[in-house]
Amino acid sequence: MAATTAFPRMTRPRWLTFPLLIGILLILFWLIATVAAPWMTGYDPLDMVGRRLKPPSWDHLLGTDALGRDVLTRTLHGARHSIPIAVTVVACAVAIGAFLGALAGFLGGFVDTVIMRLVDVTLSFPPMLLAMAVAASLGPGLGNAAIAMVIVWWPVYARLMRAQVLEVREREHVEAAIASGATQTRVLTRHILPLCWTPVLISATMDLGQVILLAASLSFIGLGATPPTPEWGSMISDGASQFYSWWVALGPGLAILTIVLGFNFIGDGLHDYFDPRSK
Amino acid sequence: MTRYILRRLLAMPFLVLGIVTLAFLLTSVTKGDPLTAIVSDRQMNNPEVVAAAKAKWGLDRSLPERYVIYVGNLLTGDMGTSFITRRPVAQDVLYRLPATMELVTAAMIVGATIGIGLGVLAAYFHNTVIDHAARLFALFGSSIPVFWMGLALLYIFSVQWGILPGPGRLDARATPPPMVTGFMTIDTLIAGDFRLFIDAVWHLILPAFVLGWAVAGTISRLVRANMLEVLSREFILTARAKGAGEFRVVIRHALRNTMVPTLTVIGYSFAYLLTGAVLTETIFSWPGMGSYAVDAARGLDFPAIIGVTIVGGVVFLVTNLLTDIAYVFANPRVRLG
Amino acid sequence: MNAAPPLFEVRDLRVAFGRNGVFAEAVRGVSLHVNHGEVLGIVGESGSGKSVGMLAALGLQPEGARVTGSVRFKGQELVGLPRRTLRHLRGSRIAMIFQDPLSSLNPVMTIGDQIAEAVFLHNPDMSRKAVIERATDLLALVSIPQPDRRLHQFPHEFSGGMRQRVMIAMAVANDPDLLIADEPTTALDVTVQAQIMEVLADLQARLKLGLILITHDLGVLAGHADRVAVVYAGQVVEQAGVDDLFARPGHPYTRGLIASIPDMTIERERLFSIDGTPPALGRLPVGCAFNPRCIAAQDICRQTAPVTTGAPEHTAACHFAFQTVEAAR
Repeated sequence: MAATTAFPRMTRPRWLTFPLLIGILLILFWLIATVAAPWMTGYDPLDMVGRRLKPPSWDHLLGTDALGRDVLTRTLHGARHSIPIAVTVVACAVAIGAFLGALAGFLGGFVDTVIMRLVDVTLSFPPMLLAMAVAASLGPGLGNAAIAMVIVWWPVYARLMRAQVLEVREREHVEAAIASGATQTRVLTRHILPLCWTPVLISATMDLGQVILLAASLSFIGLGATPPTPEWGSMISDGASQFYSWWVALGPGLAILTIVLGFNFIGDGLHDYFDPRSK
Repeated sequence: MTRYILRRLLAMPFLVLGIVTLAFLLTSVTKGDPLTAIVSDRQMNNPEVVAAAKAKWGLDRSLPERYVIYVGNLLTGDMGTSFITRRPVAQDVLYRLPATMELVTAAMIVGATIGIGLGVLAAYFHNTVIDHAARLFALFGSSIPVFWMGLALLYIFSVQWGILPGPGRLDARATPPPMVTGFMTIDTLIAGDFRLFIDAVWHLILPAFVLGWAVAGTISRLVRANMLEVLSREFILTARAKGAGEFRVVIRHALRNTMVPTLTVIGYSFAYLLTGAVLTETIFSWPGMGSYAVDAARGLDFPAIIGVTIVGGVVFLVTNLLTDIAYVFANPRVRLG
Repeated sequence: MNAAPPLFEVRDLRVAFGRNGVFAEAVRGVSLHVNHGEVLGIVGESGSGKSVGMLAALGLQPEGARVTGSVRFKGQELVGLPRRTLRHLRGSRIAMIFQDPLSSLNPVMTIGDQIAEAVFLHNPDMSRKAVIERATDLLALVSIPQPDRRLHQFPHEFSGGMRQRVMIAMAVANDPDLLIADEPTTALDVTVQAQIMEVLADLQARLKLGLILITHDLGVLAGHADRVAVVYAGQVVEQAGVDDLFARPGHPYTRGLIASIPDMTIERERLFSIDGTPPALGRLPVGCAFNPRCIAAQDICRQTAPVTTGAPEHTAACHFAFQTVEAAR
């Protein structure tokens, strides 16, 4: 009924939906922790600062782990590993994926076929299994886990980028540029690519949460961060072996939950904004 | 329609070959030395032992040669022998596949039920507290790491309250039934042991919920959006004008119209379930492919890693194919068009 | 005078939509009635509130709408009735058909299932076989050939006219007393429109239905309605027997509507049309709602709203009702 649309809503700025606001606040908190973790508590993440496996108290708000390290300190420091890793992985995946996707879309033919078949096959694996296999063969360490994740993730952006390029290259200004004799490289870099980035970058931002989750999962099963590193996944793994000291896994778990929730809230908010149908 | 399915079926062998090749290549660019997994530390300095091990596992050949050997063996159903269990990988995987499928199926049922239920509620009570609560619940589901959720629920329900059993597929003291299908719930029934069946179901609840909640979010979001669209359509008014009750209007008329996209998202959520199963199985000591893959990856058991990755890829491929076929069948307009 | 109450009577019906406590009325005090076996035409432009009003009378108003006034069916008050009771009336005693038969039919249910549903919802004890037989008979009743075969088809396999026949079959499934047809021919091809009107008229006569025919086309009503209510901006501006209305239109809006009927017998240089558009919801002009578009509007029309005048069988709401204003042709 047309009648319901007759009343404009004029409360908040239209783009700032409630989920978006919460998402931004959550992410902001973890960005601050990434920078300021050393000054947020009085402890060092690697030092034994108390008795072993002490439940939460005023001295140690989230308790201590099996080696007497402060769980809260380690949790805050975890952001310094997870966030840079996630950003690096997504950035590399976007760079590789966008490059190959643009090439496939722009050149078409044989190049397109080869690249897209590689994309199809890579996306045929359950992501976790493939990441595990690659990480295992590269050996332990966060860096190797990151490489594994890039290998799993780049095809997503290749597909997206190719679809974008295919759409943009049909537009009139591109045809005009070709007609006026611009070289292929110039057409691609000057006339097509600048119009393709937005959806790729939005989707990349949304994926940061998922990459953090995947990195933590790899560390949890022992394929990512190596022991003393305060990485959330491996901290939860420590917690699993100290099953009855529930607080050991609480901090890192909440950390992953809130940061991924933050990205999901932002995604949800943007989705509501761009797709009013779901309002 | 038949032509579409046929074309998809014809593409299958090529995709499988692609999967095999990629899995083989990616696990062969290894920096870690698989020798350490076969040869004990003390024997590492003994060149004879090392050479023998290399010869036995084919580690001294060139990469293309090893690839040809591997594909050749695979065609006869041979995936090599696990470094760790010393049994054929194919046998190991076949033995463990049903446990994973049982967990994933149960999780899919849980996820679809919660997801569809929440999606319908959220759409019907659009923009009310119920809607917001349902969306929040769904959002949490896709944000919580399953391995942490598993630990937390085990701690609360099993240790603190003692109302649900701990890890494993059956009570530790129980004698498992003879393996027929590999699905514990079915095998216990075949064995005619009803109490063991209840025990198996009881053990399934927590892991299935942990895993299912994660996909419930995706499903409910899609169901909500589709239901909102369908509920505003005119045939809903027709149904009400006919005198149909609200329950009938929502379930028979509206929900049925969203079944095609819902079915599709449930099918595609399989990838996520397989990924999540790896971690859930680890937490719940579930003897499936996931925990096998984790053990293999930790122990640098390369034949097992490649094998389990290939099987995972093929299972995933087949499910997606089945989803697409189901999509064609579920949509009367596509079917006849 | 205290004879049986009319079949369906609406008094001072108001439907308001609102957000954040501010309400705007889409239907502003409509009163009308239909007798047993009578055809009432309701005519007005789209957005005049004619559909919303009739839907609201049956409890089918959109979410968030506020409905006040009185709606009586065979003397029983419907406004404020529990949902369940209202539901039992809908589809059994009172049936509706809508404008677009494609979107009004459920795309994933067979025609047979949809007609059968209309039958068994109000006859839960009927056997499955009997329900299907009834559905087949109903399709035959609206002249659909090969009914037992077409029962198993989906809406998209039917043509527009056939779909509307299905809607009609569904509506008369339980021999209702009143049928409300909301623009039943608007979405159809011109050639099919006449056929559907024929089916409706035929069934109306045979089943002695009270029929409310909602349309924006006064021409449709000429041959089919007994009485006509003209609706503008949520109010009935004129109400009369059909012949009387065409012979002696009392309201300038009605005159405009009559003048804009395409007439094959008279050659006109250009089809007449009323300038402007009806007021948007909540944006009513001061005075008579029609004044901005009225060719005969005077100062009083821009200041006070007119009251309804005239004999009971022919009323009009205009300061200059039934007066021949020279400017109005």
